[in-house]
Amino acid sequence: MGLAPLPLVNDAGMDLPIQELTPERIAVVFNRIMNTETAARFKVYMNTCVHCGLCSDACHWFLSNDRDPRFSPVGKVKQTLWTLVQKKGRVQPEFIKECSRIAQTECNVCRRCSMYCPFGIDIAYLLLTVRRICSELGVVPQFLQDTVNSHAVTLNQMWVKQDEWIDTLQWQEDDARAEVRNARIPLDKEGADVFYSVIAPEPKILAQLIGNIAQIMAVAKVDWTMPSFDGWDNSNMAMYSGDFETMGRVERSHHDAALRLKSRRIVMGECGHAFRGAVYDGPKWLGWREPPIPLIHAVDFYHELITTGRLKIIKKFSTPVTVQEPCNIIRGRGLGVKLREIIDATCSDFRPPEPDFEHNYCCGAGGGVINCGPNWKASRVKGNSVKAEQLAATGAHIVITPCHNCHSGIEDIISGYKLGMHVKFFSEILMEVIEIPDELQA
Amino acid sequence: MNEIISNLAKSWDWDTPSKNLSDISQWSSNFSEVQELVTSMDGERIASVVRAGDESFTVCVNGEPWSNTFEKAWSLKFSPAGVLFVIAMNEDEWSVFEEDEPWNDTFEYVWNLNFSPNGKIAGVNVRSAEGYGASLNGETWEHKFVQVRSMHISNDGRNSAGSVQMEPLSEGDIVTFKKGIWGLAVNGHPWEQRFLNVWGCAFSGDGTRVAAEVRLKSGSQTIAVDGICWNEQFKAVWEPVFIPGTHEVIAPGLSSKGWQLHINGSPLWNQPFNQVWRQKFGPDGKRLAAVVSPDFGRWSIAVDGTVWKSTFSDVVIEPIFSFDSKHVAAAVKNNNRWTIAVDGVAWNQGFDMAWNPYFSPDGNMVVARIALGKNYFVALDGKLVLGPFEEMWDPIFSPDGESLLVKCVDDSRYFRKILPVKELLKK
Repeated sequence: MGLAPLPLVNDAGMDLPIQELTPERIAVVFNRIMNTETAARFKVYMNTCVHCGLCSDACHWFLSNDRDPRFSPVGKVKQTLWTLVQKKGRVQPEFIKECSRIAQTECNVCRRCSMYCPFGIDIAYLLLTVRRICSELGVVPQFLQDTVNSHAVTLNQMWVKQDEWIDTLQWQEDDARAEVRNARIPLDKEGADVFYSVIAPEPKILAQLIGNIAQIMAVAKVDWTMPSFDGWDNSNMAMYSGDFETMGRVERSHHDAALRLKSRRIVMGECGHAFRGAVYDGPKWLGWREPPIPLIHAVDFYHELITTGRLKIIKKFSTPVTVQEPCNIIRGRGLGVKLREIIDATCSDFRPPEPDFEHNYCCGAGGGVINCGPNWKASRVKGNSVKAEQLAATGAHIVITPCHNCHSGIEDIISGYKLGMHVKFFSEILMEVIEIPDELQA
Repeated sequence: MNEIISNLAKSWDWDTPSKNLSDISQWSSNFSEVQELVTSMDGERIASVVRAGDESFTVCVNGEPWSNTFEKAWSLKFSPAGVLFVIAMNEDEWSVFEEDEPWNDTFEYVWNLNFSPNGKIAGVNVRSAEGYGASLNGETWEHKFVQVRSMHISNDGRNSAGSVQMEPLSEGDIVTFKKGIWGLAVNGHPWEQRFLNVWGCAFSGDGTRVAAEVRLKSGSQTIAVDGICWNEQFKAVWEPVFIPGTHEVIAPGLSSKGWQLHINGSPLWNQPFNQVWRQKFGPDGKRLAAVVSPDFGRWSIAVDGTVWKSTFSDVVIEPIFSFDSKHVAAAVKNNNRWTIAVDGVAWNQGFDMAWNPYFSPDGNMVVARIALGKNYFVALDGKLVLGPFEEMWDPIFSPDGESLLVKCVDDSRYFRKILPVKELLKK
């Protein structure tokens, strides 16, 4: 499988800011970051790499671009950091645009390469350091920066206004009540067992997912709440653009919202990067070793509801399905077995992808790459032909994608390579197979 | 409990030992849906949004429904002064209902119901055909904005402020955004200055000044007071507070040294921390406490720059001062168990949840609402002295410190109890 060669991409978030840069200014920012934000970890990784290239075959970008070494993980580090370090940051502005293109649009920081590196070097961390440098220089792909601007203003990633958020929840509550008697989305309930958070595309363009969860919570008799105030969005593209200060503000808002409502734990909707931001990167920037209150991903939550019998499966989804295993919850958190168990519990014709579990390929959309916007869509889809081949080989009709980035990314791959498949969140499968007891029928 | 509530409490009934004010199970018989319960500060009233019919909701207070019914109703709250408010909608028009009476104005949407600390003023953010703004006790800001994102009210309720978007922004327009299109509107009048972002504002005690977190450019944040920025800039800042009785401002700022508290832009406490936030002055207006992280993954309280000897692994909520400002307590979580720490010493027992602690008027005792499983208890100086209850709200000391007001639901009945502290301590 392959797509046509790509034209040069113009991007206002990269082309305009580099006009204001000078080698001196770049050097100042680079050295500040080297001296104050990186430490032994960075040096060890840089000095340990023996340039063996074993990471190459781990990368879907490399495999999907005719094994061009420029797309290998080590190649990306070589083209960016090695030069920056060698020249102590004194590089031309055009070079920073190249760094941004490589680090922001051609790497999903999915960490598959680290599993194949003989030294376990976290190459994603190195490319996130490149992103940090680019962000501090103001060179970030336009639509990724726009997403970060939204995070900074609204604390959600899609410019959802406060009134729009609450209005959407109330509308979805109405829809849920039409299916399940007295289903609710309890706003600002203090002391609930579950604080449920979502990512902004849900209220913006996929509101029915919130209605679905209201039905699931009602059927499973979960004591839950959502906040009417900021902190409801668990996503964090600022983590991926390199704007760590905005990342910290977004994460604080999310955890503070749950703490303010005295919730026992946070359950996050189906998103992988958001989980990484909320569990790992965000809390640590703020000073927390772990999230201040327990936080689990929807896959974990669904597993709990199904295995404890709170959700009863009365029929199995029979259309052939496969799965896109989100990097940040499978490779990053080890939820692969639980995900497989809930698929087995709900689907009768599962076609496992190959490779799978933590070895599965990234969807190509994660790591902020899909947020780089339409200008970069063609390169993103071209850069994951291995995923298209992998999905096609399963013979499945549906790809279960318990992650928003995976969902959109796989949709683009299905469309780009004309695979004739469809994507579904796991909650959409659940809605087709769970029992709604008679007393709860609307 | 702050000084304002303490003053209000002087007029409450502290003599009647127990009042069974409503049978909540009866509500469930009368209404097909009973939502979350709220109680007035004095405990005399308990209320909930209830479903009045297939398609309508109302508010039930001590078992009695309001005369008004609504297509939607939410954000039911008692003001500190004991007035009951709800945001409600009929025929696509939203308004605020105050004790079953609507405000004059209706809006396309209403949210962020908030009160002045003295309890006299209620404010909401509103959206109308003309744009976004705020309404206080039914009086709506004259000017409207592209967007408004917060509602802050001064202590005396005379002034209100919110962060506002001054210009429209198209999808993906990072150039206009970079110029700064956000400001702070005070009583509906925006600051002249524009910023990339405006967050977390605070009024001075006299309500004449306003400070807010602002972002000047990526990686450069500071505090603006009445629109004028501090000279010093930081990588990041958190919410400011005014020193009581003055127009000087304290806020956390992040520099290459770490997080530090700053006064008007200069370091206040020299020691940098991994984190510092939620700084708060005692009632004397002099002692200052804040939540700090002295070491990565450890949390504590610093008072006047001195960190408690105890640190906690998970979280420290906020400092709560005694009335004489000599003592500080906080709800803390350590190794996944909640408890209360007083002057750095944690209670022995851990709980599934702990709410903010409150000092007795003389500062010698601390009370808190805590939860074990789904049962609620009163904890006094570390001992469970009352409970379990199905629902409970924060216990309040009487002004003389002799009694505790406990508001609870027990066996589906709502009680307002006045309990002698001496008796409780014997348990």
